[in-house]
Amino acid sequence: MSAQPEDTDTDDVIVVRGLRNSFGEQVVHDGLDLEVRRGEIYGVVGGSGTGKSVLMRSIIGLQKPQAGDIHVLGEPTIDREETEMVDLSKRWGVLFQGGALFSTLTVAENVQVPLREFYKGLPPALLDEIAAYKVVMTGLPADAGPKYPSQLSGGMKKRAGLARALALDPEVLFLDEPTAGLDPIGAAAFDELIRSLQKTLGLTVFLITHDLDTLYAICDRVAVLADHKVIAVGTIDELLATDHPWIQEYFRGPRGRAASASVEHAAANEIAGTES
Amino acid sequence: MRAMTEPAAFTSERSGARDVVRFTGSLSLAQIGDLPDRLRDYEGEVDSIDLSRIERIDTVGAWLIHRFAAQHGAEIDGLDSDGRHLLEQVEAADQPVAIRPAPVGGIARVIGEVGDAVVVTGKTLVGLLGFFGAMMIAVWHIVIHPNRFRFNATVQRFEVVGVKALGIIGLMSILIGIVIAQQGAVQLRQFGAEVYTINLLGRLTLRELGVLMTAIMVAGRSGSAFAAQLGTMKLTEEIDAMRTIGVSPMEALVLPRVMAVVIMMPLLGFYSALVGIIGGGLLCWVSLGIPPVTFIQRLREVVPLTDLYVGLVKAPVFGAIIGMAGCYQGMLVEGDAEQVGQRTTSAVVQGIFLVIVLDAFFAVFFTWVGWI
Repeated sequence: MSAQPEDTDTDDVIVVRGLRNSFGEQVVHDGLDLEVRRGEIYGVVGGSGTGKSVLMRSIIGLQKPQAGDIHVLGEPTIDREETEMVDLSKRWGVLFQGGALFSTLTVAENVQVPLREFYKGLPPALLDEIAAYKVVMTGLPADAGPKYPSQLSGGMKKRAGLARALALDPEVLFLDEPTAGLDPIGAAAFDELIRSLQKTLGLTVFLITHDLDTLYAICDRVAVLADHKVIAVGTIDELLATDHPWIQEYFRGPRGRAASASVEHAAANEIAGTES
Repeated sequence: MRAMTEPAAFTSERSGARDVVRFTGSLSLAQIGDLPDRLRDYEGEVDSIDLSRIERIDTVGAWLIHRFAAQHGAEIDGLDSDGRHLLEQVEAADQPVAIRPAPVGGIARVIGEVGDAVVVTGKTLVGLLGFFGAMMIAVWHIVIHPNRFRFNATVQRFEVVGVKALGIIGLMSILIGIVIAQQGAVQLRQFGAEVYTINLLGRLTLRELGVLMTAIMVAGRSGSAFAAQLGTMKLTEEIDAMRTIGVSPMEALVLPRVMAVVIMMPLLGFYSALVGIIGGGLLCWVSLGIPPVTFIQRLREVVPLTDLYVGLVKAPVFGAIIGMAGCYQGMLVEGDAEQVGQRTTSAVVQGIFLVIVLDAFFAVFFTWVGWI
């Protein structure tokens, strides 16, 4: 027994092969391949307009690509009927950029929506309890439960969105720019939260971000999107060893250096702390 | 794949005075079954909970175990480090959280809602007056600096508010004309006074119905659109952006819209009355046998020109009310998308209501002036 999800037929949770997306003349992806392994935090970076969000929307079946093959948890997500996607959507959680909370429901009721939809037999008392501990688990104060989304700050909306994404204890978590718009302290806390939830729940996380600190702090592997495909995948050290100009500029630029320095600084502190 | 896992279950065995409860299967949301109910109804002293034989545990399973253990004061054994970590996180998250705002019950709620409604109505009236004042200031600024007037924006609204409404208002008016003439003829026939149908039709459409029905249609078409447009712009912070750039939303958004309705309303009202009379005239021709030439002659004899003036004087005032109610409600939107819907509804309801109230005042006023 463990906190790991059950089926272990394959180690790749998300497999994308030969993906092609285009809007009119503009080609976003062409021949894009990627694999996300079970239990890892997979970061996706790329310049503006390289189609990071389109990639995520394609994987979760919101966007129909022109060509290619996408499997999530061993099941195809392209050209599926909505009824066929239901079983799959029980096994993943999605956090959209703005939180995408239902504005007519309170935070706790938002968390209950997937539970009510898929597990109609749950006793109402348990439903309330589940919503309550999920809200607290994602770092929201207890009094945020009965609040409406319009009464929340941007960071709290993201946490509430995360609580809803985690409502069904999914195996895969999709995060679109989870730390965008948060202050550095809030962003660091959010990174920490994702890391700890990923560890305890054994989640696989697919994460789109611009935040170099997030990349350094929590991502196991990072994929770089450019020229319509994934040009490199690996740990940040492996990426730094490549000589692609965009990757070098991204990670070696002033912001990249600062993020890397802060991680080294933290590591040094940790070592010093354990020695003393 | 999930079917391979066993549903969650437990057995209990007695050791000494207290029980040991052993769980098996997958303690996860998908496999939970009736476990919550069975755990709640469990009677007996529990000494320890053995989890060494479970296949999997997720937060829901951990929550149930945590609650069961807390309820019976039992110890939890047999979890590996991941599972223990999960349980600790869930335990740490055990805080009372309200799901919805506390309901206020009974009389207090009724009194509260009535009070709120009174306050809201009062605030709306005062606010509308304030909005009117702000608009007059904007008009004054434009009178001083005429080059700041948004000519293009205003003319573009002419098309949306006026030209594009011609079809629906025409159709509505012709039908109303036919109905009035038909109903009038049926009643007047009893006195042998069918010919007075023309008086009824001409005076009613020109004085009242043409403008009133047009106002209702414009409130539904354009007043609602104004509220929704401005409300959405408020939500996306476009209006704040305008202010920071130094563009007055009053001059750039509100005035062109209100001006467009004020100018279009008399034209649409006149058009509506005309089409209504044509519709009624057609009915008179077909069912009463009054030829168009006779109809027009009779119309000129019995309908005084003041009837047209009455209609045309009211129209721009109604237009101003509708435009202002729409823009005012739009500017009040704050917070979420639901408000846009509520404010749009209020804009239409307020617009139509105020138009009808004003119409009553106008009726009294014109009688007093002698335009009867």
